Formats: sequence, structure tokens, C-alpha cells
Amino acid sequence: MDDRVILRIGTKILSPFILIFALYVQFHGDYGPGGGFQAGVIFAAAFVLYALVFGLGNAIKVMPPKVAYICGAMGVVIYLGVGYLSMFRGGEFLNYSYLFDPEHDPTHGQHYGIIGIELGVLVTVFGVMVALFYAFAGRRRIDT
Amino acid sequence: MISFTLFNYWAVIVLMMVGFYTLISRDNLVKKLIGLNIFQTSVIMMYVSIGKITGGTAPILMESGDHGGEVAVDAGHAAVEVLYSNPIPHVLMLTAIVVGVATLALGLSLVVRINEAYGTIEEDEIARKDNAR
Amino acid sequence: MSQNLPALLVVVPMLLAPIAALLNRSGPAWVVAAGGSWFAFGAAVQLLRRVMTEGVIVYSLGGWAAPIGIEYRIDMVSAFVTVIVTSIAAVGVIYARVSVADEISEDRHALFYAAFLLNVCGLLGIAITGDVFNVFVFLEISSLSAYSMIALGHDRRALTAAFQYLIMGSVGATFIVIGIGLLFVMTGTLGMMDLAQRIPEVWASGEGDRTIAVAFTFLTVGVTLKLALFPLHLWLPNAYTYAPSAVTGYMAATSTKVMVYLLMRFFFTVFGEQFSFDRMQLDMVLMPLALVAILAMSLVAIYQTNVKRLLAFSSVAQIGYMVLGISLGSVLGVAAGIIHLFNHALMKGALFMAMGCVMYRIGSVRIEDMKGLGKAMPWTMAAFVGAGLSMIGVPLTVGFISKWYLVQAALAQGSWFVAAIVMVGSLMALIYIWKVIEVAYFERREDEDEIQEAPLSLLVPTWALVAASFWFGIDAGTTSQVAISAAETLLGVMP
Repeated sequence: MDDRVILRIGTKILSPFILIFALYVQFHGDYGPGGGFQAGVIFAAAFVLYALVFGLGNAIKVMPPKVAYICGAMGVVIYLGVGYLSMFRGGEFLNYSYLFDPEHDPTHGQHYGIIGIELGVLVTVFGVMVALFYAFAGRRRIDT
Repeated sequence: MISFTLFNYWAVIVLMMVGFYTLISRDNLVKKLIGLNIFQTSVIMMYVSIGKITGGTAPILMESGDHGGEVAVDAGHAAVEVLYSNPIPHVLMLTAIVVGVATLALGLSLVVRINEAYGTIEEDEIARKDNAR
Repeated sequence: MSQNLPALLVVVPMLLAPIAALLNRSGPAWVVAAGGSWFAFGAAVQLLRRVMTEGVIVYSLGGWAAPIGIEYRIDMVSAFVTVIVTSIAAVGVIYARVSVADEISEDRHALFYAAFLLNVCGLLGIAITGDVFNVFVFLEISSLSAYSMIALGHDRRALTAAFQYLIMGSVGATFIVIGIGLLFVMTGTLGMMDLAQRIPEVWASGEGDRTIAVAFTFLTVGVTLKLALFPLHLWLPNAYTYAPSAVTGYMAATSTKVMVYLLMRFFFTVFGEQFSFDRMQLDMVLMPLALVAILAMSLVAIYQTNVKRLLAFSSVAQIGYMVLGISLGSVLGVAAGIIHLFNHALMKGALFMAMGCVMYRIGSVRIEDMKGLGKAMPWTMAAFVGAGLSMIGVPLTVGFISKWYLVQAALAQGSWFVAAIVMVGSLMALIYIWKVIEVAYFERREDEDEIQEAPLSLLVPTWALVAASFWFGIDAGTTSQVAISAAETLLGVMP
């Protein structure tokens, strides 16, 4: 582990930038190319890189598998929560125009609605990607 | 004579057949999954080719510096002149890619468990072990 | 809230699935799954009643109307299919409590119930959506959850069965996507109603005729792969045999049924009867396959020694009956197919659940292990006999009703041959059901005293389905009325 200085330092330098870039892609997603799917994968890539260089044990200390599972499930809840909210406020399922009070411009609702949706997608994709990585990487090799 | 304008679709057909043949002919479960993935990827390429319009650009509002309500409406009017590619196939394929990833992950996890249960991922050996009991 | 019922039907199970996974304990997850299934059942019945009185319900997701947005479109057929799926799910989830606790390890229960809810959500979504690409998405939701549920089976062969199903199912789904893509090229739309309007135009213009025909072929092959029509059924017997009992009972009664619905939807709504039957000559393709399915698969079923496998082959044969109804292309024939969807769901669900009870007590469903069970487990075997009678098509059971309509539809077209094959199929069903009954009732078992009757929580759902299969066999008015008006909707005949 100690002799891989370049890898370790490189990873440490790169990781925050990868995370920031993921967030950039995420928040760019409502009016340009980008969005939750790509951002979630990029976000997860930072953790995968960390796990590859520092070992699975250290990565699990940073982010326990439990958290990844919870993220994977919570994202769906966030996504559907936005849908339910618009439904409770009198619109159809996922009709963002109803997210705010009627005196607001409906485009505000559309704007924040899609951010909420993309946030749900980000959380789910991130959680599922990391969980998948843990599931495959953590599997004990059985030689027969 | 192969028309060059339909080049994409020839590539799609070749990929599709390569994937499908791999899927059918290989005994190794991982190779089967690879074949399946190539097969699915060819479909993604087909959809993306459908959405492309010659000279069309990415379907993003050109003039919009802001993304707020009124500015976007103005930008929408100004942008009528610009030729956009059809975004719908791309959006559909975003979904299809996610489905492909999910299928691949589930398939590989099954392969891992098959390997643990049988000690092999060759289909004929698995069949032999099942019949031996 | 009632105007949102179409969306709630799908999204309540979808929301409850991650919640069940998050709870991560067997008991609470089951409560969530049961709540979701029963809610969906109530919603589906409510929607069917509304469709019967008010006509088609259209619901635009996100407030975007159909050609741009995705719409849920509930007519008689889809409402009926949602009732089939949710009723089986509601009964199946009660059954699953004990059965799953017995067959699946404790730490996977919550995930099982999450997958179960996702499967319900996916199947319901296919049934009510009015957008062809949405069909694919829901198809994959239901399929992926089905693969993982099958892989939970006790036997290691469950893994290979699930893998085989995954490969064939994904190929089928990809074929469907190709078909949808080709349709999109020619029409530029994905809405079913829009497609129904534009396909005849494109077809009539003569330029897109071949592309539409290829799209039709891809869609037909893709969907028939998923519904296990005879030559494409290879995944089904293993998947049903090695899956956990609760999963087999639920899936045998729902997933193939929804695929048959999808086939009808594509043939009659999207492409239209004219294109399917006049241009593509569907009846020339489907009818022979259906007839071979009935005969060959019943024959194979007779030679099985594992009862779950026997019933799985019988399922393939029964799918033949449904497809036969479609291939007749008349209102009566399609109505026979639709009514058989419901009836077969009831009886095959009951049969597989009875086998689940046997599995629970003796840990095997091989015929030779079932000696003397008629005495040891009288209620379970009586349920098997009851549902078996229905499978054979004895009068006063649902099986008789479907066959009655099917034979009538065949005779209305003068196809004595088809009617005869339906009869022969019934006789073969008699043979394979009798094989089990004979061993269970007329052979003696050494350790008879040690086997007890299955617990009530397994027997009650099983008997609920058996009772329903007699109830709807005696009082066939409601179901046949719904089925006929559903067939009329599909074929565009106004009542």
C-alpha cells in the first residue's frame, strides 16, 4: 500500500473534483445535458476509485454498504414523493405546476419539480452503483 | 451496393447479429451475457441514429443565458430557426441503458451464485451436474 | 383523490417497494406488501366498476396530454386484467407469509416483498399504460423482479432457471424495443392511440408497409417469448418448478396473463385487426402454434414426475387456449381468450398453492412422495381436486366456461377440427390431474400419522381461489359479460 504514492495522492486530489463535477452535471441537468443518471454514476465513480486504491475495507469505513442500500431506496422515495406532493396539491401525478401555491408562476413549480426528481434519480443511481460494486467486490472468491 | 447514408444501420445489423450469435452459440454464461449486452447496445445505436437529423444540433435552447420563466419563452421563440435533432430517442435510450445495466448486474450476480453453487459457469457442465444427481 | 386512482394503482406499490426494503425486517415488510396488494386490489375493482359505468378512463401523467406526455388509458380489457393481477396478488401475499418464511432465508424476506411489490407494480403498469415505450419500462420492472424472485428458490437449479429466463426474457424485451423503434421511425409517435391512427395511414401509403410488417413481427416474437407460446416456452417449466412456491403460484397466475393481454393490445389496438389478420395473416401463424401447444405440452405434462413441473407444462398448454382464442379473431374467440385469462389465473393459482402446501409439509412435490396424502392432508388435496376439475373443464367450474366459449367460437367459424382439439386437450388434462389424484388417494403411506394438514394461513388463500373458481363457474354472468364487452372494445365493435 505504501509504495503506491502516486496513486494514493492522485486519488485524493481527484476525488473531490469528481464529486464536484458530478454535482455540476446534476444541477446542469434541468436546462442542459446532464441529469441524475449521469451525475449518480460519476458520484459513485469517486467512491469506486477510492475503493480500488485504498481497498474495500477503507471504502466501507467511508460509506458502509448499509448507507448505499438506504440511498438506493430513498432516491425512489424522493422521486415518488415529488409526484405525490403534486398529487396532493390537486394536480396529476408528477404535474410540477401544482407544486407551489397558485399565485406563483407555474414555471417555478416545473423548475423545482425537475430538480427534486433529478435529486431522487441521483441518490438512487449513486446508491445502487455503490451497492453493486460492494456486492461484486465483497464476494468471497471460491476456487474449486 | 451498400448505401453510405445508411451506414449506421448496417453497423447496427452487424452488431445485432454478432451479439445474438454470441448469445446463442456460447456455453459460457458470462459470454452469453456479453452477447446479450452487445445485442442491446446495437438497439441503442439504432435509436440514436433514428434521432439524428442531418445538420441538426443538440436539442438545447440556443439563446438561453438564463433558464427562468420569461427568458426561456423568448429564447424559445428565437430558437425556432435552429434545427434540432429529435431528443425523444435519446431519452428513451437513457431508460434502455439503465435497464441494460440492471439486467447485466442481475445476470452477473446470478452467474456468481451459479459459480458458487456448481463450481462452473459452463452450461454443459452445469447440465451434467444436474443430471448426475 | 379519486381522479388520481389510475396513477395510485401503479405508484402505491412502487412507493411501498423501497419502504419494504428499508424496513428490512420480515414482519413489517410483509405488512407493507399486504397493504399495497390489497390497496391495489381495491383500486382495481373500483376502476373496473367505473369503466363499466362511465367508459374509458384517461389519465395524463404530469398533466401532459397523450401524444406529448404519457397517458394511462383504462378500458374494459385493461381494467379486467388489473383485477386479475391484483386479486391474485392480494391472495398470494397472504399465502406468502408462511410459505416464504419456510422456503427463503430470513434476511432476504424484506427484499422478497420489495421485489413482489415491484412485480405487481410492473404488471399493473403494463396493463394500464397507453404508451408503447412505457410498456417496455414496466415490462422490465416486472421481469427483473421476477428473475430475482425465482432465484430465491431453495434448489440450486433455481439459479440456472432464473438465468435462462433472464437471457430469454431480455431477448424478448429487446425484440419489443426494436419493434417499437421501427414503429417510431414510421410514425413519429409512441402513444398507442396515436399509433392506431397513423399505422393504417402509413400502411395505406404503401411506402412503410415493409417496415411496419417487420415491426409487427419483432413485437409478436418478443411478446410471445415473454408469454411462453409453444416453441418459445423453454424458460417456463424450469422457472416455475424451482421458484419458491409462493412465487410460482403468483407468477403462474399473473405474468403470462399480462403478456397475453399485451399481445391482444398490440394486435387489436395498435396495429388493428385488419393489419394483423389480413395483411400479416396472423391466424395462419398463431393457430397452428396454439394447437400444437395444447397437444404437445399436455402430452409432455402427462410424463412428468414432479408435480410443479407437470403444472408448468400444463400452463404452456393453457396459454395455447388463450392464444387460440385470439387467433380466431372473432369477438367470441377473443372473449374466450380473455375469460380464460381470469379463469386460468384462478385455477392454476389454486393448483400451485396446493402444491405449496404439500411442499410445506413434506418438502417435496414429486408424485411418488405424495402417496396417501389424500388421507394425511385432506383439505389440501381436496383443493387440488377442486382446481383440477376446473382444469379438466368439468361443468360448474370456471374451466368449463372458458372451454364452452372457445368451442362455441370455433364452431361459429365452422372449425370442427379446432373444437375437437380443445376437447382432446381436456381429456389429456384429465389424465395428468388423475395421475396425481390416484397416487394421493389410492396409495398407502407408511408414515401417515406424522404428516399434518397444512396450516390455515396457507389453506385459506388456496381455498379462496378454489371457491372463486367454482363461484365464477356457476355464476358466469359477470365475468363473461365483462369479457365480451372487453373483446368488443378491442375489436372496435360498439355494443
